[in-house]
Amino acid sequence: MAYSEKLLEHYENPRNVGTLDKDDPSVGTGLVGAPACGDVMRLQIKVSPEGVIEDARFKTFGCGSAIASSSLATEWIKGKSIDEAAGIKNSQIAEELSLPPVKIHCSVLAEDAIKSAIEDYKAKRAARLALDASPAEAPAAAAPAN
Amino acid sequence: MALKFPIYMDNHATTPLDKRVLEAMLPYFTQDFGNAASRTHAYGWHAEAAVEDSRETIADYIGAESGKEIVFTSGATESDNLAIKGVAEYYKAKGNHIITTTIEHKAVLDSCKRLEKEGYTVTYVNAGPDGLVNPADIEAAITDKTILVSVMLANNEVGTIQPIGEIGAITRKRGVLFHCDAVQGFGKTPFDVSAMNVDLASLTAHKIYGPKGVGALYVRRSKPRVRLVAQMDGGGHERGNRSGTLNVPGIVGFAKAVSIFKQEGVAEADRIRGLRDRLHNAINKELDSVFLNGHPEKRLPGNLNLSFSFVEGEGLMMAIKDVAVSSGSACTSASLEPSYVLRSMGLDEELAHSSIRFGLGRFNTEEEVDYVAELVIGKVKRLRELSPLYEMHQQGIDIKSIQWAAH
Repeated sequence: MAYSEKLLEHYENPRNVGTLDKDDPSVGTGLVGAPACGDVMRLQIKVSPEGVIEDARFKTFGCGSAIASSSLATEWIKGKSIDEAAGIKNSQIAEELSLPPVKIHCSVLAEDAIKSAIEDYKAKRAARLALDASPAEAPAAAAPAN
Repeated sequence: MALKFPIYMDNHATTPLDKRVLEAMLPYFTQDFGNAASRTHAYGWHAEAAVEDSRETIADYIGAESGKEIVFTSGATESDNLAIKGVAEYYKAKGNHIITTTIEHKAVLDSCKRLEKEGYTVTYVNAGPDGLVNPADIEAAITDKTILVSVMLANNEVGTIQPIGEIGAITRKRGVLFHCDAVQGFGKTPFDVSAMNVDLASLTAHKIYGPKGVGALYVRRSKPRVRLVAQMDGGGHERGNRSGTLNVPGIVGFAKAVSIFKQEGVAEADRIRGLRDRLHNAINKELDSVFLNGHPEKRLPGNLNLSFSFVEGEGLMMAIKDVAVSSGSACTSASLEPSYVLRSMGLDEELAHSSIRFGLGRFNTEEEVDYVAELVIGKVKRLRELSPLYEMHQQGIDIKSIQWAAH
């Protein structure tokens, strides 16, 4: 498989490998793919109260293209707002890494991983806010949001 | 001695020419270059003599009665096609049922698929989880319409050596012809067409340190006499079985490769098995969750097919790019489907995606094995650090219990 230099660079020196605490309320965890398909990506984001991605980490079970795509994804989303990050398209990842046609699906999975992490973060936040707003909570809790 | 990179450990795919084979072939390109079918001059006579000599060498090595039973072809794919289609067409009146296995080479499987389109029925017997075909399963599939059974001598992916002798005894008893694709096992494990009751056998040169582009089909001439419909029409060469000018240098090389095996084969198998075991033991010593695919004992001496759990095969191959191997991972096949051999053995798909096939051969050394072991161990550890599945495994999470959203 003839891979581009950028792809090889991400593969040899992946950025942001690791794990964030998934129980941390500011962390969103996306887990996409399946072992049976040969591709599993876990992408985590740590989001500031202003909605900006402060940190991102990934781990991937997959080929060189999958590892590079997810590494690139974490690099790109750091510093972006979650809305901007959700706008990242797989075609951009594929172009940046010059993915061969048979590997385009790796970039699709990376896009899915970003969205999945964002959704998880939003769902956690909504659940927490709903809990804060519930009358069963002690009055010392914050006033109902929006 | 300095290592030469990439280190070649893919001898199931092809092998380099032994220098002695190359030497034997050279005169037939520019000196004795005649067409073996040219009956009217010395160039032709020399070429023919070389071919006939080669025929006898090969026939003798496989336990055939005579060189007349060797039909030269362009390789084992052609031999498989000729055996299966040639027999099917000839014995059409007798029956239209063929039995083979799910782990055969594509040349056998696709030939069978072609025959199915033409109205034949084919039974594909499954191999067990260790890659072994059960002779009882073959016997159970035989009907009064069965004209051919085709089972490979040894599998190219997991190296499992099949019970050819037992199957041959069954087919002989039931009066069904038996074809054996002997490509991977030839020279590396005992193979005797007489003792094993094999009626047709596909052979190739390029897996035994001979040249690419030449192979043979053994076709039994007595008890029973096997007949075929030729698939290549032309000048009636090879007793009408396969037309086309013979690849004289290739044939000479083929025979030379065989005669080297005759002299050195047994000792070589022992040496290669030792190297293979050395590699396997070194890897097992340092890594957990590594699985051997295929039968632990009934396997080719040079074959080591391992699944490195939690690490994907193509990713690993990229990491060990200084070593030439192959993988049962979908990513390395253009179709994105993992190896059909591993799947038909019932191997978990995740493990099929994590498999690497090492094929050791004549020219591998202890130094190479030690280098590769260390490299593989290091890279697997690195990739496991990148793997969410390994992290889950370390935390005691059962990966099979997770609901994956497949894409």
